Amino acid sequence: MTGTEASGDIDRNRAGVVTGRPSARDPRIGDRPPGLKGHASDFVLRLRSGELGWVPGVCAVIVIWTTFQLLDHHFLSPRNLSNLSVDIVGTGLIAVGLVFVLLLGEIDLSVGAVSGLAAAVFAVLNVNSGMPEWLAVATAALVGAGIGALQGFFFARIGVPAFVVTLAGLLVWNGLMLYVLGANGTINLHANGLVSVLTERYFHNRAVAYGLAAVGAAAYFLASYHDERRRRAARVSSRSLGEIAVRTGAVAVIGFAAAYVLNRFEGLPLALLIFLVSVVGLDFVLRRTRYGRKIFAIGGGAEAARLAGVNVVWIRVSAFAVSGTLAAFGGLFLASRVASVGQTSGSTNLLIDAIAAAVIGGVSLFGGRGTPWSALLGVLVVQSIASGMVLIGVQTSVQSMITGGVLLAAVVLDSLSRHSRKSHGVVL
Amino acid sequence: MTTTPLLALRGICKRFGALHALTRVELEINAGEVVALVGDNGAGKTTLVKVITGAGPADEGVIEWNGRPVRIARPRDAQSLGIASVYQELALCESLDVVGNLFLGHEICRAGVLDEVAMERRARELDLLDVLSVRIPRTRVPVASLSAGQRQAVAIARALLSEPKILILDEPTAALGVGQTAHFLDLIERLREHSLGVLLISHNLGDVKAVADQVAVLRLGRNNGFFDVLTTSQEQIVSSITGATDNAVTHRKTRPWEATR
Repeated sequence: MTGTEASGDIDRNRAGVVTGRPSARDPRIGDRPPGLKGHASDFVLRLRSGELGWVPGVCAVIVIWTTFQLLDHHFLSPRNLSNLSVDIVGTGLIAVGLVFVLLLGEIDLSVGAVSGLAAAVFAVLNVNSGMPEWLAVATAALVGAGIGALQGFFFARIGVPAFVVTLAGLLVWNGLMLYVLGANGTINLHANGLVSVLTERYFHNRAVAYGLAAVGAAAYFLASYHDERRRRAARVSSRSLGEIAVRTGAVAVIGFAAAYVLNRFEGLPLALLIFLVSVVGLDFVLRRTRYGRKIFAIGGGAEAARLAGVNVVWIRVSAFAVSGTLAAFGGLFLASRVASVGQTSGSTNLLIDAIAAAVIGGVSLFGGRGTPWSALLGVLVVQSIASGMVLIGVQTSVQSMITGGVLLAAVVLDSLSRHSRKSHGVVL
Repeated sequence: MTTTPLLALRGICKRFGALHALTRVELEINAGEVVALVGDNGAGKTTLVKVITGAGPADEGVIEWNGRPVRIARPRDAQSLGIASVYQELALCESLDVVGNLFLGHEICRAGVLDEVAMERRARELDLLDVLSVRIPRTRVPVASLSAGQRQAVAIARALLSEPKILILDEPTAALGVGQTAHFLDLIERLREHSLGVLLISHNLGDVKAVADQVAVLRLGRNNGFFDVLTTSQEQIVSSITGATDNAVTHRKTRPWEATR
């Protein structure tokens, strides 16, 4: 037994090294250097141990925007950025849905095909058969949810690896989309219909964009402040008021800067508003509800979660259903952007973009890490590259290679940071 | 042995294909009693634990809770009865922080929203993280960055948090240092005083002799003797584990409760 006893003590010492705390201070619960300094040291510590989070995404946005702006001064024009903010929505919604599946440590390769199929279902029902729009939208969403649940069932209940199920799904749903579209191949959406309006409507009133920025910053501040007061009352680890102020300031600066730029073109796009509301809502579900907690738990150890009484099968099926539903909505936004559904809807590029977006934004392919905000950040990177390349006239073939390279880079970064976490005593 | 046992297993059988992992296994645990389950590698200890906790239900046999037969088909069934367990491995979710792991499966909510503050406060109030005098750096670090001993402490704290009536510990001291093991054995004695039933699976007969009241030996998936710790020598237990004594004496001791019926 001496071997294990010795290693127990070594473990304890190593833990001290990992946390990097001076041994004089008691490193137990609720303890952390106060104020901004503590926050900064926390941050550096996390970066060093491979918890990169949003840092690579933000760096990528800065580098990409600077590069393209130097190559073509139209890149950072209000017009281009405003278009970019609408372009990200379709792929972004798909990526946000994908986050649910990626958090489980699985992958859904069918999201692109499902988005195309859902758009085709909507177009056929609404344009060809004259079904009311809201009903056609609901049907398309249900198709997405049903497909997701079906694939989830095959994976979670039957035990087929998710990537095989969804790869088969990719072919099946793409084939079904072509079948549904029929001989014509392309269906144009009604010009002033609900779906067309999704990406065409702007709130021209400047107050809307600024108001949203103000409301967002205020809500963030109030939520943080309320949480912090409760924490202080309960005497558990809490943030300082200064830290909250800095964070709120960052939110406000980003919000008002975006609002200013958007208002210099057409105002706040409806699509962007819907996307932001979706991200906030789903982030809440993932981080603040029991359901979300279970998704994270399964991503970090499915067996452990099962032993803790989590219904792993149900959570997995539902996560795939969420992914399918959001893919369907994403497909509607993408169809709205080009005002039609055709045979190229839901292409493989879309799938790659969605996966790349999620991973670049900091969602781990190994499960248990990431939020819908990661998908938003990542899709901004991916679409910025795409938009910039179109602007400076890069060939499609080269665009494809670059997107592939970016995805590889993101996955390499994910793997390296995982490796680093391991070497820091993190065995995820 | 006149009182009804808190938990009783009768004729538990479990097969994995052609392998008879457990054959007609009997076991009883009373409140305020520490039962040690010992046996060689592959004797079926962990399989038996999984039967009790619902992680791998039995094929045949009856489980009685306070004398009433119950069905344990899922981990949740065992939890709702009041059976908590600390597994040898796979006990924690790497992606969650300490508090998240402590409350996994029974989170505290306020209007449907996770109440992180209440959970953190509760974890602190109960001083659960002091159970093994293991230093947990902060409750908000992912458990993945904790050492083996710290993880063990979290796993045990989590099991105790649900205020169980029976605690099952599968090789709890394997990852612990000397001091921690001593604290841990103290903890088991405290639990017994609070009239919890404890099932302790261990390879370390020293630990078993130190805290257990009864020792149940498994050998090749079958009961191979029940011993009273006070009156049994370590050699006797060892020979029972290795199969050196498969004789009338151990058989006579096999079912002490039947003699009293």
